[in-house]
Amino acid sequence: MKFIDEYRDSAAAKNLVESIKKVITQSWSLMEICGGQTHSILKYNLEDLLPKEISLIHGPGCPVCVTPVEFIDKAVSIASREDTILASFGDMLRVPGSKEDLLSVKADGGCVKIVYSPLDSLKIAELNSGKNIVLFAVGFETTAPAVAMTVIEAKRRGIKNFSILCSHVLVPPAIEALLNSGRSMINGILAAGHVCTVMGYEEYIPISKKFKVPIVVTGFEPLDILHGIYHAVKQLEEGKYEVQNKYSRAVRKEGNLPAKNLLNEVFEVVDRKWRGIGLIRESGYKLREVYAKFDAEKIFSLEEIPVEESRHCIAGLVLQGIKKPTECSAFGNLCIPENPLGAPMVSTEGACAAYFKYRKVIA
Amino acid sequence: MLDKASFMKNNNDTELNLSCPIPKSDYDKILLAHGGGGTLSHQLLNKLIFPQFDNEILSQHSDSAVFSIDGKKYAFTTDSYVVQPVFFPGGDIGSLAVNGTINDLCVSGAEPLYLSASFIIEEGFLLEDFWRIILSMKKSCEKAGVKIITGDTKVVDKGKGDKIFINTSGIGLIEEGINISPKNCRLGDFIIINGRIAEHGIAILSAREGLEFSTTIKSDTAPLNSLVKKMFNVSKNIHCMRDPTRGGVSSTLNEIALESQIGILIEEEKIPVSEEVKGACEILGFDPLYIANEGKMIAFVSPSDAERVVNEMKKHDYGKESVIIGRVTEENPGTVLIRTKIGTKRVLDMLSGEQLPRIC
Repeated sequence: MKFIDEYRDSAAAKNLVESIKKVITQSWSLMEICGGQTHSILKYNLEDLLPKEISLIHGPGCPVCVTPVEFIDKAVSIASREDTILASFGDMLRVPGSKEDLLSVKADGGCVKIVYSPLDSLKIAELNSGKNIVLFAVGFETTAPAVAMTVIEAKRRGIKNFSILCSHVLVPPAIEALLNSGRSMINGILAAGHVCTVMGYEEYIPISKKFKVPIVVTGFEPLDILHGIYHAVKQLEEGKYEVQNKYSRAVRKEGNLPAKNLLNEVFEVVDRKWRGIGLIRESGYKLREVYAKFDAEKIFSLEEIPVEESRHCIAGLVLQGIKKPTECSAFGNLCIPENPLGAPMVSTEGACAAYFKYRKVIA
Repeated sequence: MLDKASFMKNNNDTELNLSCPIPKSDYDKILLAHGGGGTLSHQLLNKLIFPQFDNEILSQHSDSAVFSIDGKKYAFTTDSYVVQPVFFPGGDIGSLAVNGTINDLCVSGAEPLYLSASFIIEEGFLLEDFWRIILSMKKSCEKAGVKIITGDTKVVDKGKGDKIFINTSGIGLIEEGINISPKNCRLGDFIIINGRIAEHGIAILSAREGLEFSTTIKSDTAPLNSLVKKMFNVSKNIHCMRDPTRGGVSSTLNEIALESQIGILIEEEKIPVSEEVKGACEILGFDPLYIANEGKMIAFVSPSDAERVVNEMKKHDYGKESVIIGRVTEENPGTVLIRTKIGTKRVLDMLSGEQLPRIC
C-alpha cells in the first residue's frame, strides 16, 4: 500500500539499525510517548533489531488508559439512565470502572453506541429527539479538535439533547510531570507524531531545554520509529538536546492552525487527574463557559466519588515508564484482555495489551 | 434410606454440578464478545458446553462432527446466521447461510449432500426481502450442487428479533481414504490459503449503519466444495483444512496449533490482502488477520504435494490467488508465529474479545 509499505521495508530497517549501531557507544533509555508507537514497536518486535544499549520505556500516551476511573463511573452512571444514550469510542467499553464497565451496562439494557467519529453522535441525537445523547469525549490533542467541531456544530444546529462528558488530556504537561518526578530514567523522548500534527512542536522546545533532553517528533511506522531512535541517540551521543521533527510528512512546527483555533474556541485548560499518575497541573480540557450547556457533568450533576484501584494493578508505574507490564504479578494471569484489572490491558494503545498480544516466544 | 452424611454429600454434589464453572470474577452475563469467535467464545464452549455434552464425536471439536454408519463416514454440521445488515456487498444472509454450512462440511473432507434451513423472522420483515433471500439461497444451492431437504419457519414479535436469523445444518459423505484433522498436521507441512483475506468482514463493515464508507470491497462468500474436490483429486496428503471465518486467519491457525500441538510460522509478506482492504484496515485500526472470511480455506499439505495442490487450486475460480503462507515448525508447539515485513518474528495471538460483532 502506497505511503505505508515504504515505511515497513526490511532492507531500509536494517540500514537504519546499522546506523544506530554505528553511533551508539553507551546505554540510553528512550521513552516513546504514544501508545500507537508502543504497539508498533511490539507488533514489529523492533527491540529484537535494536542494540542492547537502547531500552525503550513506554509512555503514558494511551488516552483510554489515563482516563480516571471516576470518569468511567460517570459514563456508567449516564449510560444506565433510561433517558440517555452514551456515545463512545469502542475502546472505552471494556475499561473497568470501580464497579462495572460499559459493556456490562450495555448487556444490562443500558444504551451505549459505538461511534467512530464524534460527529456521528449528532446524527444519533437528531434521530433520538426524546433522549439525551452524551458523547464520552476522551483523547489527547488528536481527538479533541473533532469533539470541538462537534460541539460548535451542535450549537450552530441548535441541537438541545446533546452534551459531552469531557475527559480530554494534554501531552506536554504530562511529559514535563514525568521528567520532573525525580523517578524518571528518561534520556530522550520520541514525541507523538499525531499530537504534533495538530499542535506543532513549539511547546516542546522549553521542555527540552529545561530538562536537557532531546525530543524527536516521531511517526508510527517501524521505519519512522527507527528513524526517531537514530536521531535521539545521535543527539545524546553528541551531547545535544534539541527538538527535531522527523515526521515532517505530517508535522509542521506551528501545527494545524484551524484545528488549534477550534480547540481554543471551545475548551479551556484545567488541572486534570490522570489514571495511575495523579493530578497534573494544566493538563486537560474543559468546555468554556459559553459552551457550558453542552457539559454533561453539569446537566446530570454527577458526583465524583473517589475510588481505589485494584491492589494488584501497577498501571500507574507502567504509564510512567517505571515498570514494564511483564513486571506486574497480575500480568497474563489475573489480568488479561478479557478480564482487565487496569486500563492498559484494554486499549489498543495500552502497553499491557501490546505486551500480551505481541508477547515474545519464551525460549 | 440415605443417612444424613451421604445425603449432604449427594446434595453438595448436585450443588457443585449446578454452579457455573466460569468464575464470578469474569462477566456474569452473556456479552456480544462471547459470540465473537475469540477467547470468550472458547471459554463458553470449553467450560459450559463441551463438558456437559461430552462424547467421542463432540470431542473432535472440529467444523463438522465426523461419524460412521454402516461403514460409511459422514460429516454433520450446523450454523446460525445473524449477520447485520441482511444484504451486503457481495451477498446476503441467505447465500451466507448456504455457503457457510457447505464450507464447514467440505473443510472436514466431506462432499456436501443435503442441508436443512430454519428461519426466525421478525414480524414486519418485508416479504420482498424474504423472497430475495430465498432466491439467493436457491442460487447458492444450485451453484454448489446441494439440496435443501427440510426446514422450519418461526415468526417472533416485532422487536424480539432483528429482521431475520437463519440456521442451516448440513450432512456430507466422506470418501474412503480421506482423513482431515488438525491432529494429522505434520512437521514441515506447508500452509496454503486460496486468496485474499478479510474481504467479508470489511464488506459488512462498509455497509453498517453509522460507518457507511464507499468501497469496491465485496464479501468473498462462496461455496468451496468444488475447489476442495479438485485438491483431493491431485493429492492424498492434505492433512488438515479449516475455513477462517469469525476471528479470521489468526484465530483459525491458533486453534489448529493448539489442537495439534504443532508450531506454525507464517510470513506476513505472503499473506494476500487487497489494497482496498489494507486501506480500510489502516483507517479503522483493524488487523486483516483477525477479520472474517466466508469463502476462504486454509489447508495443511505435505511439502511434496504443496506446489501441485496450489497449481490445481489456481485453475479454480475460488482459488486463483492461492498461495503458500507458512509452514509447520518444530519450535514453540501450540503457538503461531509471524515473520513481520521487516524480518522480525513475534507471536500471532488468537482474537481476544470482539473485533466486529454479528458478521455472519
